[in-house]
Amino acid sequence: MKNQKILKLTLSYSFILIMFAVILYPVIWIVGSSFNPGDSLSSSKLIPENASLVHYKSLFNLEESDYLLWYWNTLKICSITMVLSVTMVCLTGYSFSRYRFVGRKNGLLTFLILQMIPNFAALIAIYVLALTTGLLDTHFALILVYTGGAIPMNTWLMKGYIDSIPRELDESARMDGAGHFRIFIQIVMPLAKPIVAVVSLFTFITPFTDFILARVLLRSEEKFTLAVGLYDLIADQFGNEFTKFAAGSVLIAIPISILFLSLQKYFVSGLTAGGTKG
Amino acid sequence: MEPNIQTGYESEKPASKHRKLALGLSVIPGVGQFYNRQILKGLIFLILCGAFIVAFADMISLGLWGLVTLGTDVKYDHSIFLLVKGIISLLVILLGVFVYAYNLYDAYQNGKKRDLGNKLNSVREQYRTLVDSGFPYLMISPGFFLLLFVVIFPIIFVVLLSFTNYDLYHSPPAKLVDWIGIQNYIDIFKLDIWRQTFFSVLSWTIIWTFVATTLQVALGVFLAVLVNQKDLMFKKTIRTVFILPWAIPAFVSILVFAGMFNETVGTINEDILSAFGMNIHWMTDPFWTRFALILIQGWLGFPFVFAMTTGVLQSIPDELYEAADVDGASIFQKFKSITLPLILYATAPILITQYTFNFNNFNVIFLFNGGGPAVPNQNAGGTDILISWIYELTMTSAQYGKAAAITMMLSLIVISVAIWQFRKTRSFQEEDMM
Repeated sequence: MKNQKILKLTLSYSFILIMFAVILYPVIWIVGSSFNPGDSLSSSKLIPENASLVHYKSLFNLEESDYLLWYWNTLKICSITMVLSVTMVCLTGYSFSRYRFVGRKNGLLTFLILQMIPNFAALIAIYVLALTTGLLDTHFALILVYTGGAIPMNTWLMKGYIDSIPRELDESARMDGAGHFRIFIQIVMPLAKPIVAVVSLFTFITPFTDFILARVLLRSEEKFTLAVGLYDLIADQFGNEFTKFAAGSVLIAIPISILFLSLQKYFVSGLTAGGTKG
Repeated sequence: MEPNIQTGYESEKPASKHRKLALGLSVIPGVGQFYNRQILKGLIFLILCGAFIVAFADMISLGLWGLVTLGTDVKYDHSIFLLVKGIISLLVILLGVFVYAYNLYDAYQNGKKRDLGNKLNSVREQYRTLVDSGFPYLMISPGFFLLLFVVIFPIIFVVLLSFTNYDLYHSPPAKLVDWIGIQNYIDIFKLDIWRQTFFSVLSWTIIWTFVATTLQVALGVFLAVLVNQKDLMFKKTIRTVFILPWAIPAFVSILVFAGMFNETVGTINEDILSAFGMNIHWMTDPFWTRFALILIQGWLGFPFVFAMTTGVLQSIPDELYEAADVDGASIFQKFKSITLPLILYATAPILITQYTFNFNNFNVIFLFNGGGPAVPNQNAGGTDILISWIYELTMTSAQYGKAAAITMMLSLIVISVAIWQFRKTRSFQEEDMM
C-alpha cells in the first residue's frame, strides 16, 4: 500500500515536472531572447552570454519605434470600450432581469444567438462599412465594434447575476417611494458590484487580445494596437527584429499576467456563470 | 404580465362593436383613438405618422429603389452606398410598421375595454403607464442601437452581399454591383477550385475543432485531477504555473511559438530536435503545421479547463470517495464513476463553447503561419479554417460576394450548434424565459 502510494506520487510529480518544462520553456526562451544583444534569432541563446537591455531601450525610444504609441492606443481603446460596455451592459442586464416587457423574450434569445457568432464573422461587412463611411483607420470605429460585440454575452452575465438579487429589496424601496432610476442606481447596482468587476475585466481584456478586427480596421502604423503592431514587427522580415519583438512581448506579458493571476477567480467565476447561465 | 381581469367576461357576447370599429378606424393612425375619445394619444399617433411620411418618404423610396437595382448608371450610382442606404430604409420601415402595429393594437384593446364596459385610462394614468412600461425600453435603447449598427446591420449586410457579385472586377466606383441570386453558393459547390477548397477547408476546420479542443479538455481535466490528489504538496505553486499560459495574452504566445517553430532558426529545430538529429518542416509541410497548431492550442487552451475543473473537484464532498473506499473501489473506478460524471455534468455547457471557440479560432491559425503553407489546386492555405479563409478572401483577393456566402454557411453551423446547446441549458428552460 505504501509503495503504491509512493509510486503514484512519483508518477504524478514527474508528469507535473514535464508539464512545467512545456509551459515554462517558451517563457524562458522569449525572456532570454529579449536580453540578447544581437538582432536576429539565429545568434540568440537561451541564456545570453552578455545580456543587454538594448532592445528595451529602443522600444522606449519614440524615434526608433512606435511601441509606446501602440501601448497607449491599446490602453486607450480598452479603457473606453470597458467604460462604455459596462454602462450599457448594466442598463440592459438590469432591464432584462427586472422588467417584463413586450419583446423581452425575443431580445434575450437574439442576444443568446448573437453571443455565439463572433462579431468578426461579419468582418467583410465591418470592413466595407468602415470603408464607405470613412471610419477606416480610426479608433472610434474599433471602439464601437468592440462595445457592440461585448453587449450580448455580458448582458447575459449581468442578467444572471441580477436575477439572484432578491426582488423584495426593490419592492420595499418602491414602497418607500423610490423611482425606477433610483432603485437601479442606489439599490441594485451596489449589490451587483462583483459582476460589474467581472464584466469590466472581460470588456477590457477582450479588445486587448483581439487581433483580427484591429488588423482589418487599422491601417497606419501609428494607430496600431499592440497585437497588430507586434505582428507587424516580425511578419515583414521574419527573424530580423526578433529580439526586439521578444522584448516587446515580455513587456506585454508581464503586466497582463500579473493582472490576470491576481484576478483569476473573477475570470473563472464569470466564464462559468456565462456558460451555465447562457 | 398581461392583466387577466377580462378573462371572466370573455364568454359573454358584448352588444357593442367598439373594438372592431376602433381597429378599422385606426387604419389611419390616431382616428381609432379619437373614436375611443383618447384625443391626446390619437393626436400623437397622427402627428407621428405624418412626420414619418414627410421625413422619410424620399429616403425610403430612394433606398428601396437602390436596394432593388443597386444602381443603374456607373457615373452617379455607387452600388455599395445604395445597398447601405437600402438597409437603413428597411430598418426605418420596420420601425414604422412597429409603431403602426402598436397603434392598431392600442385602438383594439381600448375598444375592447369599452365593449366590456370598463373605464378607459385618463391622460394622467396613460402617462404613468407610459413611464412605467417605457422605462425598460429607455434603458435598453443605447445598447440596442449600438448593437443594431455594429452587429445586426453588418449581419444583414453580409446576408445581402452573399447574393451579389461584389468582387475585384465588380467594384464601385468603377463598376456596378449586381444581384446574382444564389450564384455564389452554386459556384462554391460547382466550380472545381472552389468546391475543392471549400471541402478541404471545411474538413480541416472540423478535424481542427475536434482534435484541438478534445486535447485541451482532456489535458485540463487530467491535470486538475492529478493536482487535486490529497497527498500532493505545493498545490498552490503548481496551479499558478498551470494557469500561466492562460494569463499570457494569446497573441503574444502564438507569435512566440511561431518563432520557436521557425524552420531554420527556431529553437525547436535548432536546440531540441537537433539533439536527436531531426529537422522537421514545421512551416512548409501542411501536416506538420497542423500538428504544431494542435499542440499549441493544447498549450493555450488547457488552463481554462484546468481552472474550471479544479473548482468542480473542490466542491465534490469527500464522503463520496470514502464510501467508495469502503466498497473497495479502485482509483480508476472512483474516477470513472464519481469524478468524471460530476465534472462533465457541471462543465458540459462550457466545454461546448470551447468547441465553438476553436471552430472560429482565427488568432492561432493566422498568427502562427498565416493559414499557410500554400497548397496546390486550392485558393486557401493548408491550415486555413473557414474564418481565416474568409479573411483572406476579403482582405487579399477582394472576393467579397463569395466570402459573404461562406460566412453565411459558417454562421449557419455555429447558430445550429448554439441553439442545440441552449435548448438544453437551465436558464433557457426557466419559466420566465420560454
